Amino acid sequence: MSQPKLLISTHKLNLIIKRFALQLIEVHGDFANTAIIGLQPRGVNLAQKLVDVIADIKPESSLKYGELDHTFFRDDIGRGEIFMPKKSNIQFSTEKLNIVLVDDVLYTGRSVRASIDALMSFGRPSQVELMVLVDRRFQRELPISPNYVGVVVDSRSTGEHVKVEWNAHEQQVWLLSNKE
Amino acid sequence: MTVQSPIKHLLGIKGLSESHIQTIFETADNFKSLLNGPVKKTPALRDMTIANLFFENSTRTRVSFELAEKRLGADVINFSSDSSSVKKGETLIDTVNNILSMKVDMVVMRHPAPGACMFLAKHINAQIINAGDGTHEHPTQALLDAHSIREQLGEVNGKKVVIVGDILHSRVALSNIFCLKTLGAEVMVCGPATLIPKYISNMGVRVSHNLDEALAWCDVANMLRIQLERQDQRYFPSLKEYSNLYGLTTERLSRADKEICIMHPGPINRGVEISSAVADSAQSIILNQVENGVAIRMAVLFLLGQQRL
Repeated sequence: MSQPKLLISTHKLNLIIKRFALQLIEVHGDFANTAIIGLQPRGVNLAQKLVDVIADIKPESSLKYGELDHTFFRDDIGRGEIFMPKKSNIQFSTEKLNIVLVDDVLYTGRSVRASIDALMSFGRPSQVELMVLVDRRFQRELPISPNYVGVVVDSRSTGEHVKVEWNAHEQQVWLLSNKE
Repeated sequence: MTVQSPIKHLLGIKGLSESHIQTIFETADNFKSLLNGPVKKTPALRDMTIANLFFENSTRTRVSFELAEKRLGADVINFSSDSSSVKKGETLIDTVNNILSMKVDMVVMRHPAPGACMFLAKHINAQIINAGDGTHEHPTQALLDAHSIREQLGEVNGKKVVIVGDILHSRVALSNIFCLKTLGAEVMVCGPATLIPKYISNMGVRVSHNLDEALAWCDVANMLRIQLERQDQRYFPSLKEYSNLYGLTTERLSRADKEICIMHPGPINRGVEISSAVADSAQSIILNQVENGVAIRMAVLFLLGQQRL
């Protein structure tokens, strides 16, 4: 692949987030027993925006929101790369809650596996769901499957990567070759 | 985020940059929130074996390191010189190499000889963490002390810290001076002239021999124990006289008429350098220091454990 391919434009991303919000309202109702948790570092942007959209659609909902870092639970510590933890911020008990983990890209599934372990250190939730903006299916190294998906990408395992650009004005997702 | 850190051993605070120390603090903050949750363990170092080699007595440091290692999922070997072949004349390198041949990845060592950890780092193939080497350095104690000040007062930069007592024999004092100065604090040492090293003012610290004067100046007072086990001669007439001049009491604190944060690295000799009333007062953060010790040691072990030699 030579040219970068735009997977999700800002407009499309807004539509996806609105769809996510409606799907969650359909499944979780007034969110009395549900919390949305953004995965550090890049799932947090998406999760914060999703929470804002849900609050607009359903202002009476009592939605709980947290952020989770999985660094201490990675399976590749001491194998070359050095990882610095980000902050986990979960100011409520996860015991018996329905948790929706939110991330930008699902690739090998290893980060999600680590995140589930990290989540369990805060208590025993009743149920854990996974929401991702981009699902790079066929690249999984662990049996992890998302419950809510923005777009599905059938990319090659090597030579390509997904880049999420997220700033105040524009949010776009690109498929790039690794040389770019 | 990923970074490349050049540090392979923690032999002392000297040589650490402010950014290294801040990285350790931020990592410790994350571990502290983990430790305050219902499940206090992570499997981060589950494939590492760590040997705690203590050639000198220790309670807090040894227990704190062992707990930190176990919280990180590492396998732990505890070694004490009292019950080992060191008593039969084995050298330090032979002892350590024998332990390392059992596939140990990291060594936490306390030793009465200053520089013992540096010596070991040069001669063996494992990562070394200094848990106190004679009168030289005790880096994790300084880190947890500064972290406790940061937690209590918001930041270390610009704060005035007085270290009181046996500065001459204290590795805690030396590491604290390096750490606090690197983080931008003003440091004073206070004690009898015989227990203050002659050239300590060259390190950019103030010197006082009057505790009341020091208390009037400081935001934080770190009280040190008199290290009788390292004193080969008498440095003051009696413990009672030392206590009268340099012991921190409620009366003395109230004369200072300000909110001073009270610290002590332990073990405390109640009634000598600090009275029980002060040690147990609301101003004292002595137990916070102990609590922070586990998180700081987890951070150091985690950061070093990512970069095996």
